[in-house]
Amino acid sequence: MTKLSQSRPAGLDTSAGASKTTGLWSRTWPLLIGLMVTISLVIASLFIGVYDLNSEGGSEMFWITRVPRTVALILSGASMAVVGLIMQLMTQNRFVEPSTTGTIEWAGLGLILTYIIVPQPSLTLRMLVAIVFSLIGTLIFFGFLQRVALKSSLVVPIVGLMLGAVVGAVSTFVALQTDMLQNLGIWFAGSFTGVTKGRYELLWIVALMTIIVYFIADRFTVAGLGQEIATSVGLNYRAVVLTGILIVAVVTGVVSVVVGSLPFLGLVVPNIVSMFRGDNLRSNLPWVMLVGIVVITLTDIIGRTVIMPFEIPVSMILGVLGATVFVYLIVKRGRRG
Amino acid sequence: MITLENVTKTYSGETTIGPIDVKIPSGGITSLVGPNGAGKSTVLTMMGRLMGADTGKITVGGLDVATSKSNDIAKKLAILRQENHFVTRLTVRQLVGFGRYPHSAGRLNVEDEQHINSSLEFLNLTALQDRYLDELSGGQRQRAYVAMVLAQDTEYVFLDEPLNNLDMSHSVQMMRQLRKAADELGRTVIMVMHDINFASRYSDHILAMNEGQVTHFDSCADTMKSSVLSEIFGTSVRIIDDVDGPLAVYF
Repeated sequence: MTKLSQSRPAGLDTSAGASKTTGLWSRTWPLLIGLMVTISLVIASLFIGVYDLNSEGGSEMFWITRVPRTVALILSGASMAVVGLIMQLMTQNRFVEPSTTGTIEWAGLGLILTYIIVPQPSLTLRMLVAIVFSLIGTLIFFGFLQRVALKSSLVVPIVGLMLGAVVGAVSTFVALQTDMLQNLGIWFAGSFTGVTKGRYELLWIVALMTIIVYFIADRFTVAGLGQEIATSVGLNYRAVVLTGILIVAVVTGVVSVVVGSLPFLGLVVPNIVSMFRGDNLRSNLPWVMLVGIVVITLTDIIGRTVIMPFEIPVSMILGVLGATVFVYLIVKRGRRG
Repeated sequence: MITLENVTKTYSGETTIGPIDVKIPSGGITSLVGPNGAGKSTVLTMMGRLMGADTGKITVGGLDVATSKSNDIAKKLAILRQENHFVTRLTVRQLVGFGRYPHSAGRLNVEDEQHINSSLEFLNLTALQDRYLDELSGGQRQRAYVAMVLAQDTEYVFLDEPLNNLDMSHSVQMMRQLRKAADELGRTVIMVMHDINFASRYSDHILAMNEGQVTHFDSCADTMKSSVLSEIFGTSVRIIDDVDGPLAVYF
């Protein structure tokens, strides 16, 4: 079956090659600019804060709080954005991400239960429980999804949000009964305020997850074409979806333990990137990560500065931003019919 | 050669398909026709291993589709079902590139690029190759998916109603391109068709189904008879002899 390639004019080869070299540069310079914007925001994040770094103990403070906080911003911003895109590809639905499927709420429930059963749980234990609960929650959501005929419809995120609300209500009830409501409140208001040296290192796990995603990115893109097309090109669809769910659960679990709930990040970023660069995961991964870092760093800097010397939780700003993008997407879709 | 031996499938206790025993020879175009709910799409889907049969055995080009490795099957047959409601934002070229997935697992080499280029040319998509799928018309998108299936470079190509959503001129174009794929590229094309006149004009064989059974499998010439067609579709069909061949009239 090589007739196809034989019938091809030889001249096309060179033109394709030529457009590739020019294409390489035109593809690289926007990424360089994006990288520079990201780096300048990261540097800004390192030097914005109440503590005067020039005063005594400034450099110590810098390494104890500013650097961990900024590293945490980079790692959680990039990974939550990537996880959002993976979920959207696997569900074939633009509105899906960990906070519209109940995944984050399940992680919260897991954390509350850990605090009740084990009086002073270690960070690792909390993380493991959060991952397991995220996994259960995501599996329940995907199990439900298999019973929905119209996967692209708004019904999917609505049911996800409802699932999340029910689980969140259970958490609130449990917290009320056990005098833990304050802990739950602090957790839901995901914030980088408390991220210091010794409290963020677990986030390197999500960096590992993101690297794994890079190597199997094509599988997620093919899965995004739907189960039938994916199977037709020989992909083990179920295995890919299970791997994806596992990565989503690990990232959501770890980030929720270290930072708390970061709503809508996984929704906003992939949709922005998709508008400009489409959905090819492997070639877009650097962009999704960069935009993720930019969005979270920018919202965190806003949170740190608007009511200085106090802070607004980053989740609150993300919520406002995310809700706006969510509504915009719905309106845009409605116009297209 | 595609063989189905004693293949059956039951849905929710009501709709039953089979037992089907049929051998479809290699080469040319075979159209599956029949009334709605006859089981054409189900049979095509089972041949393309997207759905398992309850009993029996299906082999395509010597591979048992139930037991062979999915990636081996993907080098032997490609199947395209009716269009997805969700349109991924990939460019036409990226989409066609994923047709090479069984051969390259996503890392495209020079040979893959050649297959992509010729597939795009074959379906006149070269000018549209950098457009996103969601910016195309339904007909253009359908062509892009067919280009993807051809780029997969399989001996067998299964298509479920490839003319769905296409207007008259695009339908004609699509059928000519598929005919060319069978004649020039040596592909064996099996497709589910609704329009018996389109099916007979462009196919070599017609396989008719009714209520889950294969009722008729013959060359086009022997199928295009008033008595045969009336029985297949359950309504009276007249045949008019046109210069280009017989035409079925069923109004």
